[in-house]
Amino acid sequence: MARDKRDAEEHCACPLRGILATHKSGAFTTHEWGCPMKKIASIIALAVVFGATSASAQTLKTVKDRGILNCGSNGSLAGFGLPDAQGKWAGLDVDFCRAVAAAVFGDDKKVKFVPLSAKDRFTALQSGEVDVLARNTTWTSSRDSQLGLNFVGVNYYDGQGFMVRTALKVKSALELGDASVCVQQGTTTELNLADYFRANKMKLKTVTFATSNEALKAYDTGRCDAYTTDASGLYSERLRVANAAEHIVLPEIISKEPLGPAVRHGDDQWFDVAKWTLNAMINAEELGITSANVAEMAKSDNPDIKRLLGTEGNFGEQLGLPKDWAFNIIKLVGNYGESFDRNVGSGSPLKIDRGLNKLWSKGGLQYAPPVR
Amino acid sequence: MSIDLRAGSPPARVPFYNDPKVRSIAYQVALCAVIGFLVWGAASNAIDNLRKANIASGFGFWEQTAGFDISQSMISYTNQSTYGRAFWVGLLNTLLVAAIGIVFATIIGFIVGIARLSKNWLVNKAASGYVEIIRNIPLLLQLLFWYNAVLKALPDLRDSVKIPGGAFLNNRGLFMPEPVAQSGFQFVLIALAAGIIGSIVYYRWAKKRQDKTGQQAPVFLVSLGLIVGVPLAVFFAAGLPLTFSYPEAGRFNMSGGIEVLPEFAALLFGLSIYTAAFIAEVVRAGIRAVSHGQTEASYSLGLRSPPTLRLIVVPQAMRVIIPPLTSQYLNLTKNSTLAVAIGYPDLVQIFTGTVLNQTGQAVEVVAITMAVYLTISLTTSLFMNIYNSRIALVER
Ligand SMILES: N[C@@H](CCC(=O)N[C@@H](CS)C(=O)NCC(=O)O)C(=O)O
Repeated sequence: MARDKRDAEEHCACPLRGILATHKSGAFTTHEWGCPMKKIASIIALAVVFGATSASAQTLKTVKDRGILNCGSNGSLAGFGLPDAQGKWAGLDVDFCRAVAAAVFGDDKKVKFVPLSAKDRFTALQSGEVDVLARNTTWTSSRDSQLGLNFVGVNYYDGQGFMVRTALKVKSALELGDASVCVQQGTTTELNLADYFRANKMKLKTVTFATSNEALKAYDTGRCDAYTTDASGLYSERLRVANAAEHIVLPEIISKEPLGPAVRHGDDQWFDVAKWTLNAMINAEELGITSANVAEMAKSDNPDIKRLLGTEGNFGEQLGLPKDWAFNIIKLVGNYGESFDRNVGSGSPLKIDRGLNKLWSKGGLQYAPPVR
Repeated sequence: MSIDLRAGSPPARVPFYNDPKVRSIAYQVALCAVIGFLVWGAASNAIDNLRKANIASGFGFWEQTAGFDISQSMISYTNQSTYGRAFWVGLLNTLLVAAIGIVFATIIGFIVGIARLSKNWLVNKAASGYVEIIRNIPLLLQLLFWYNAVLKALPDLRDSVKIPGGAFLNNRGLFMPEPVAQSGFQFVLIALAAGIIGSIVYYRWAKKRQDKTGQQAPVFLVSLGLIVGVPLAVFFAAGLPLTFSYPEAGRFNMSGGIEVLPEFAALLFGLSIYTAAFIAEVVRAGIRAVSHGQTEASYSLGLRSPPTLRLIVVPQAMRVIIPPLTSQYLNLTKNSTLAVAIGYPDLVQIFTGTVLNQTGQAVEVVAITMAVYLTISLTTSLFMNIYNSRIALVER
């Protein structure tokens, strides 16, 4: 905070400072108010989409004051983010947001889910409309460096695949030369698609839609020969086409899609909260703590478990959270494995194999740094 | 009077700061300075905040590789082209659908508008029905209807509808033979240009003569002969210097020929039909605004119904029609941004959709897009205003 303030004083090239004799630095508490001119300018800038991003440095406090977490989620992807008929949200990404709310408030229901399309999601996070973006979003370098995001980790290791009609008798994506492919805009998907066809010297006719609903519908009506998205998405969307048995997913996985939640750049405290929420879920699985046995486990003598559940040390407070932050996450949402099984794995209609998403100790990639 | 009063005393010397002229200029300058200052402050603040949030700013992205494909492009474009080029592709696609849409909407609109005034009960009611139905259904729904209903009804590639003359219709679009000019075709074009110039000259001459002597000339027939007949004769004389490249079916798609995407067709239909309903009302109102006495006067001078409409009613109605017609044209252009719902790659879909998302530069991209639509709208208004002032009532 202190550093932040000094920073602001330096940056505050307040053109009226000399004229407004009454203004003294430090007269206002936060740098947003540090210069009346900047305040006005900031409102104008907000009108051109955003500009008040400087207020984002205290997300944890803002969220606590507001009493509810705003979570940018997918609104139509079964397994990741989807409200049911009663308006109850479910999914792997939804669980992450519920876990953040459990860590902050001790209540996983204090979340407002904001459904976002692929192309609008980053603007929504940047402008402060949501506090965290958990919407099957691929972690890439330019999203880190150009879009002002900080990825919290990876909650699903994925890759891009294709779906085609069985009637086409296509066995491999390499046979798709000259095909029309329906794709959703604003995704890594459309970039990978172009790359893959170019690299394999195949002609391509892309038809781009703003949402996956539209892209999938166009594919279903025969506008395209193939539909492409993250493999996890294909599992989920194959269940939505008119007759799932008439469609197959091709074997090729053409890209790396590490999907993870993201927060705004420039707020390290909030970044830590989000990052350790995910780590807590993964560590809990590794330590064998589940929503069913967490109360039991709180009596354990295992120092790793004691630190995670807050019966030893003050690791919660260090993060700006209550002592029982991780206890609440596990109690209310469950560990990573439980969430996976329930939403996309064996306990869900998608029945996706854990594959790369197994714990590191079981031959997968899921690995979380320790709480200590 | 006031001059008389002052005449006695020497003219009062007003200090410059009390001079109303100087004052008003000073106020203007001050206002401009304040506005400029606010804009500058907003811009520098935004840049500052963006930098703090680690969000790229500036226009450097314009030259970077786009990396995505676009389904329809009037200029050469590949996924290796730049974001800047993608912008031009989107802009041209917007202008294409708007320009053709305006032509279609105007034609349909005038026909329906005049039909609504028809004394024929069926024609009249059909036109009213069209206007009432189309005007009262949201455009977005109409676009989705055209896109999904039309798409669903179209057959697969393998069962393409063959249209005589070598065209094909299927759910990938309409594929037409593409004319390819052979050597010698340039003479046809020269003949066409000469024909157009010739008929303009002839029209002017005929009009002058009619003004002077009252004699009418067969302008229509002569122009037809000059514009169609002469180039056609040259075409035959040059030995039919034109071939066609026909679309052919491949494994997945048709290749060769001219391709009209279903997205484009749906957007064009939707926009033209919707806007035509409004134009029809504008036209009807315009014609109604011409007092019936004008028609009666024309009849009593011995003019029949068609020339009365053409020479008396329509020219006067145009004065009423043009201003609202302009705003319908602007509406059509702006409504073309709904393309985003049906996957037509217009400026908004490409630029504020994909480019904004891939670069994350919302401020720049949105500002450019707004500037573009403003420019298109102001240019359209400008031309319509010029046209309007030419046909406006000249008071003598
Ligand atoms: N992981 C990719 C793609 C994410 C994406 O948008 N996937 C689609 C298909 S799985 C989706 O979530 N669509 C749902 C929707 O837009 O409602 C990215 O981050 O760019």
